[in-house]
Amino acid sequence: MRLKTFRMGGIHPDDNKISASAAVEVLPLPAVAYISMAQHLGAPATPIVQKGDKVLVGQVIAEPSGFVSAPVHSPYSGTVKAVEPRADFAGNMVTHVVIDVEGDEWLPQIDRTPEIKTEITASREEILEKIKNAGIVGLGGAAFPTHIKLSPPKDKTAECLIINGTECEPYLTSDDRIMQEEPVQIVTGARIMMKALGVPKCYIGIEENKPAAIESMKKAAADYSGIEVVVLKKKYPQGGEKQLIDAIIHRRVPSMGLPIDTGAVVQNVGTALAVYEAVQKNKPLIDNIFTVTGKCVPQQKNFDVRVGTTFRQIIEAAGGIPENAAKFVSGGPMMGKAIVNLDASTVKASAALLVLTEEETLRKKESNCIRCGKCADACPMGLQPFLLSRLARAGGRQEELEQEKVFDCIECGCCLYTCPANIPLLDVIRPAKAEVIKIMRSRPKK
Amino acid sequence: MKEVIVSPSPHLHSSLSTRSIMRDVLIALAPSIIVSVLIYEWHALGLLAVCVLTCVLVEWLITKFLFKRPSTIGDLSAVVTGVLLALNLPPSAPWWIAVVGSIVAIGIAKMTFGGLGQNIFNPALVGRVFLLVSFPVIMTDWTVPDSWKIFDSAVDAYSGATPLGIAKEGLLNGMTLPEIFAQNDFSWKQMFYIQVGGSAGEISALALILGFVYLLCRRVIKPTIPLTIVATVAIVSGIFSAVNPDVYTGPVFNIFAGGLLLGSIFMATDYVTSPMTTKGQIIFAVGIGLITMMVRYFGSYPEGVSFAILIMNCTVPLLNKYCKPARFGKEVKNG
Repeated sequence: MRLKTFRMGGIHPDDNKISASAAVEVLPLPAVAYISMAQHLGAPATPIVQKGDKVLVGQVIAEPSGFVSAPVHSPYSGTVKAVEPRADFAGNMVTHVVIDVEGDEWLPQIDRTPEIKTEITASREEILEKIKNAGIVGLGGAAFPTHIKLSPPKDKTAECLIINGTECEPYLTSDDRIMQEEPVQIVTGARIMMKALGVPKCYIGIEENKPAAIESMKKAAADYSGIEVVVLKKKYPQGGEKQLIDAIIHRRVPSMGLPIDTGAVVQNVGTALAVYEAVQKNKPLIDNIFTVTGKCVPQQKNFDVRVGTTFRQIIEAAGGIPENAAKFVSGGPMMGKAIVNLDASTVKASAALLVLTEEETLRKKESNCIRCGKCADACPMGLQPFLLSRLARAGGRQEELEQEKVFDCIECGCCLYTCPANIPLLDVIRPAKAEVIKIMRSRPKK
Repeated sequence: MKEVIVSPSPHLHSSLSTRSIMRDVLIALAPSIIVSVLIYEWHALGLLAVCVLTCVLVEWLITKFLFKRPSTIGDLSAVVTGVLLALNLPPSAPWWIAVVGSIVAIGIAKMTFGGLGQNIFNPALVGRVFLLVSFPVIMTDWTVPDSWKIFDSAVDAYSGATPLGIAKEGLLNGMTLPEIFAQNDFSWKQMFYIQVGGSAGEISALALILGFVYLLCRRVIKPTIPLTIVATVAIVSGIFSAVNPDVYTGPVFNIFAGGLLLGSIFMATDYVTSPMTTKGQIIFAVGIGLITMMVRYFGSYPEGVSFAILIMNCTVPLLNKYCKPARFGKEVKNG
């Protein structure tokens, strides 16, 4: 049978899943932890603890400050050392709560037993409340608060839930590992979200290069007729929300529209696991599964990392900083962000630390565009990156950029990856897109 | 620790480069080069060497002394132009013709516009057509000197003219096609494997098709343009030959004779001078097929592929402007 995939563009980079066979290990607790208040898309949370306060694992240390926001819980027990601005991995100053870690004492209401609870007793409202209070955000990368996504606007109806287990980014293996190690919990998390949305159908999309995960998820989902594991052809960016919906239910999110316009709500497998833990075990989102990888890394590993651990500590646990390391990436090689500061700490949606050598990551010298059209063929949104980049470089061509739908760009990087002339297509399109969107937003609504 | 690199995503790049693409094109041309050297021996080799060296040298001189920029010859595109030009020359062409053609191809058709990627017309074709209109006698002299023959018996049967030339000549002399075909072996088998009489690159359809398959497998080109040209030629010649088989040559003859395959596989698919979207490519290729057949049937030249491609090259900027790819989330029905 031909495997499903999205129907426009895409590329096939080497998947390099070199850490796929490493079972998840628990990373030892740090002595001092730095918890960022900007862990999600939207307004940063407001700290409610002060220097000298004692905190327990799971205790709320910051409250949401706005509709699109989420609370932050302490992943550690200990004493608050400071509430101060610190540089995050990209070098931006963000308020952090600094905790001197003492022991590992959890709030008593958190169920830490190994028992797997598959029976869902919470009502729809209770589920949404628990997810909101547990500070759960989308763990696929964007860190959008999950409870908002699970409450579609009144005029839209959700028809199905799509669980994203594609992990289409090369190198990353954390989703693969949790699908193998905690499939029942993920399926339960999916069922909880189905109940919250009131939808009868759930698809779990997994790419063909993860046979063990496919098998374990199929087994876990076998008892539930509404849940279907869909094996997808390996192609990047299959994990993009719009691409995944297209691949699985053959509907396309309209330009400038939202996924819910197709009747689908997409959540990552990591999010499903976090939802399970929040609703069934009362555990807020304080840790995640994290891949440390790269061909030069001594030991490629998958760790269970508590939020607020520094990247430096994680790389030390994987055998230290490689001699020839030239670039550190938070996330995958296609959409991850370069790390400026290894002493910055992880946030809820941190998925990986990828270490690349100069040889692997150095941009080659740009030459003339040969008009091969490969960027347009690779673009999963049907845009013409060569044209967009030319307009962007010319400057002052926002009107044409808007006509060419620069705002549809999902910044997946397929164009730049594929360009034989090494033109930094996405590099120049990205700021132009931001500018055009700003102009569009500033217009009076009709 | 030493400095780390900080740059926006993506952090990886495919191994694709202009150079690797041009290298693939050269590999795809290898079967045709080998056949031409087997048939025309050292003369084909000499033309190849002169064309390639002149093309590369002209590009190097212009980038160095006129543009004052780093040399671009490393991208191998000048080598491809040189090889294509050589394959478009008659085997008996003198060496200076090759030099003039190369200077025109690179100096005028390519570098005047700013080098690779900026030119409107296919450089090798501009070189060839320039030579064809400037030196018509030399460029249509298909005689094969005795010393170069290796298949004595086979070649003796030909005057050295191309099948298209023979057909046109015969028709002008008042013969009908069945009479002309009775005197010559224009069976598809003959033309498919080795057709003697013609430029070096036209000799073997098989060699060209091998190159085509290689380019498809390496995803250097898509089959759209070549297949659409061949289909257009087949349909047009099919209709005309059905109406009057005495005057109009049929599809098999038109596909395998002359430079149609060489042109559609290697010249019409030139990235720089062909449209970027499938829609544009189809319009472009249909145009090439129609113009080729018009020249072949009604023009004064026996062959029209070069003219057809150059004429359609002019339409490329317009086709690129108006033929947009289908956008995601637009013009698509959900359901």
